[in-house]
Amino acid sequence: MTATGTLGPAFTTRRRFDELLLLVLVGVLAAGGYALTLLSERTALTGSLAPRLGAVMTLFLAAHLAVRRFAPEADATLLPLAALLDGIGFIFVARLDPELAAAQTVWTGVGISVFILTLAIVKQARSLERYRYTFALLGIVTLLLPAVPGLGREVNGARLWVRVAGLNFQPAEVAKVVLVVFFAAYLIEKREVLAVMTRRLGRLPLPDPRHLGPLLLAWGVSLVIMVQEKDLGSSLLFFAVFAVMLYLATGRGAYLVIAGLMFVTGATVAYRVFDHVAARVTTWLDPWPLAQGLGFQLVQALYAFGSGGFAGTGFGLGHPDQIPNAATDFVFAAIGEELGILGAVAVLAVYLLFVGSGFRVALRAERPFLKLLAAGLTTIVGVQTFIILGGVTRVIPLTGITLPFISYGGSSLVANFALLALLLRVSDESGGDETVIGQLPAQVGAPAGAQAGGRAGRGAS
Amino acid sequence: MNARIRRIGFALLSLFLVLAGQLTYLQIVEADDLARKDPARAILKTYAEARGPILTAEGEVVARSVPTGDEFRFRRLYPLHSLFGHVSGRFSLSGEPTGVEAVYNSALAGTREDLRYRSLGDLLIGKEHTGTVVLSIRADAQRAARDALAGRRGSVVALDPKTGEVLALYSEPSYDPEPLSDHDAGAARRAFDTFNSDPANPMLPRAWREVYAPGSTFKIVTAASAIEQGVADPERDFPVLTELELPLTDRVLRNFGGSRCGGTLAESFRRSCNTTFGQLGLDLGEKLITTLDAFGIGEDVPLDLLPAPVASLGPEPGTFKAEQPTFAFAGIGQGDVAVTPLQMALVTSAIANDGVIMAPHVVQEIRDVDGVVVDRMGPEAWRRAVSSATAATVRDLMVSVVASGTGTRAQISGVTVAGKTGTAQAPGGPPHTWFVAFAPAEDPQVAIAVLVERGGDPAAGAGDDATGGRVAAPVAKAVMEVLLKPPTPAAGAEGASGGSGDDG
Repeated sequence: MTATGTLGPAFTTRRRFDELLLLVLVGVLAAGGYALTLLSERTALTGSLAPRLGAVMTLFLAAHLAVRRFAPEADATLLPLAALLDGIGFIFVARLDPELAAAQTVWTGVGISVFILTLAIVKQARSLERYRYTFALLGIVTLLLPAVPGLGREVNGARLWVRVAGLNFQPAEVAKVVLVVFFAAYLIEKREVLAVMTRRLGRLPLPDPRHLGPLLLAWGVSLVIMVQEKDLGSSLLFFAVFAVMLYLATGRGAYLVIAGLMFVTGATVAYRVFDHVAARVTTWLDPWPLAQGLGFQLVQALYAFGSGGFAGTGFGLGHPDQIPNAATDFVFAAIGEELGILGAVAVLAVYLLFVGSGFRVALRAERPFLKLLAAGLTTIVGVQTFIILGGVTRVIPLTGITLPFISYGGSSLVANFALLALLLRVSDESGGDETVIGQLPAQVGAPAGAQAGGRAGRGAS
Repeated sequence: MNARIRRIGFALLSLFLVLAGQLTYLQIVEADDLARKDPARAILKTYAEARGPILTAEGEVVARSVPTGDEFRFRRLYPLHSLFGHVSGRFSLSGEPTGVEAVYNSALAGTREDLRYRSLGDLLIGKEHTGTVVLSIRADAQRAARDALAGRRGSVVALDPKTGEVLALYSEPSYDPEPLSDHDAGAARRAFDTFNSDPANPMLPRAWREVYAPGSTFKIVTAASAIEQGVADPERDFPVLTELELPLTDRVLRNFGGSRCGGTLAESFRRSCNTTFGQLGLDLGEKLITTLDAFGIGEDVPLDLLPAPVASLGPEPGTFKAEQPTFAFAGIGQGDVAVTPLQMALVTSAIANDGVIMAPHVVQEIRDVDGVVVDRMGPEAWRRAVSSATAATVRDLMVSVVASGTGTRAQISGVTVAGKTGTAQAPGGPPHTWFVAFAPAEDPQVAIAVLVERGGDPAAGAGDDATGGRVAAPVAKAVMEVLLKPPTPAAGAEGASGGSGDDG
């Protein structure tokens, strides 16, 4: 890469060395957690999964080598943070259901392969901009697949699965990454038009109604997901991420306000019209009378948090198996029970660091498309984490969605690794740290290929 | 765009802070409240822990935990089944634990301070730190009680009067706690429902949770009261009557079977004359209640079992003026008097132990996994019932009952037995038959109360044959005979003989 030449091999080497060091620390933490869970002798977990855990950690080393090869300038913290979350996820899924954990290691392997492939194939993130409508089509089709009769499958009341060639797949997970790529390209293209405010409602400036089209479309798609597929979590996630990206692209807070109003309208109507939405809200407002029925899962999760207390029961010493679906949507309750508020807040901090690193990548990216892409991808992780953790802790109504990198779930893992690869790709393309980049054009002198040309053409906003 | 990205970043940060705030609320502020609302975790926590065994005095296993493959890890088994059902209690998924399982839970679960891990080494080798609870109750005495009751409803309570150690505590019908410890909650619930809906009420520990009119066994209390308070001595003469006319009413108090009975207090006691003791009840009046209090009647008995004993009852203080006949009936253990078999055993033990009632307890000691005794239940006086002199006088009266009175069927060759019979009228059927005793009279090792409900045979109508002397005395004799011999240590009972040999 050109940037390697300008910044010098020492800088790159240092960054990758940090990454390696952090990965080794993650490996030690994961092995320690696994060993402690075994020592508890309270779970069905045996030592037989240890080789698999070793294999997963080795796979992360392979991912690290791929980053060295394909994205040497990329951020050093994102991959280890993902590995840490994956390791915590493995320990808890293994502790709750060793068979699922065995499958989880296979999915992690697939995810890391996708990660390496993405880095290898997508040489330049900005090239994605060109295929925006392909991504749009791909995204919407995948998203709506489960609603197609015959293809879609309903699991636990939500129709968000597709069965292809004997494998169950959750398209929404993949669609979210694909659609963010489209949103980023589309919004950068149209942002000047979208930013024009032609009307005013009191103190609120409003865009021309013609330009509300994209927002209305996103809203419509979200409603379909909510109504047809009963996937409240994905529905909220899409709409929120789109609204945030619209705001980021145009700088118009009005879009957030309008999106908020549309969300409130949609949610209110859905609450009155659809039983499955009303049930979630009722359960959220007061789960206790429903503790033996609809609210059972949530109440069990609250019990789990309560019994965890400050320091938790310890690895393998709690009873998170009381919570239905503890290995998927409710895995955080298991963490809260066994690691206490100390561990739960630590996991929150890991997500916060991941989101922080993601936004840093966005801040340092030079091209608006890359900024918006990185910010959009990061927002997905942040919002998705908040939606499920808020649901599990009864901050917001519960909407089934996976906890990125931790929950058991093949589609989710694979999609998140693709997301991670794209973030690292953007990060690599932006080179070193902010101050260095600020000085870069002057030091480099001559434009070094297309990268510098692009920068000159658009400028960063 | 950077300023906006930062803004979104801060927005997400605030959302995460809300999550952290909610976690603080759930895990710190509300934690105790949530724990109270959640029954399952408490149960699982209790069940997934290893639990120490409960042993009889001779080392037979009453309850032990065996490893299982399921989420509860250990299942509780009760190898002696219904023989110790009320004593061991149950450790069940359906409902609170009872009996020794409940009262000595911290010892069995190893959560007592003196049973905690002693070193990191213990933790690393996975050494359990549960306690072994050793009962003072002997399995052989329990078997003798069960065999002697022979399916008839009733209770046997035997104590060491000098220490308060319970030596036998059996009620018929009993129940087997083992099906209740089934890890299939449905099966456990069904077993519970079966016991619970049984009209015989097998889960009721009649020995300390049911009250009966004590009948003539209560004459021990009346006699002790009269002697203690100087109202009568054994030589005081009473008229020979068939019935006693009562004040304030046209009711009369008859002797058993309409016989003529009376003479000295000693003679009246030996022959169990109702007219004499009815008169004593009237003579004593409120003074009788003073003695009832001294014997602990109306008080909560400090027994180490759950559910706790119910209090026995006597006439209300201050009612003598208005309710004189009640006191006459109280003098013969009828009317307002209602006692548990345990209470009658304690009354008997007071006479046997120079007037002092020792606090009864079913557990003698707690050992750690290595067999080291970490706690021993020392003898502790509960209350003084009467003076040593009064106790000695009443003891002589009781000796004569077995030697030549109504309780001859309790005689044991080579041993002086002191006892008292009782045949208590109870509404709705034949009388309850009682026998209380202690032996040897000169150095008491055992005090016992036996109750056989309805004379043991409700269908036969019982009649004159179903008296305490005929029905209950042989049961007491059978159990005492066993208890007067030292126990045989159970085969394979590690270190069990050391503790129980001293019990005698």
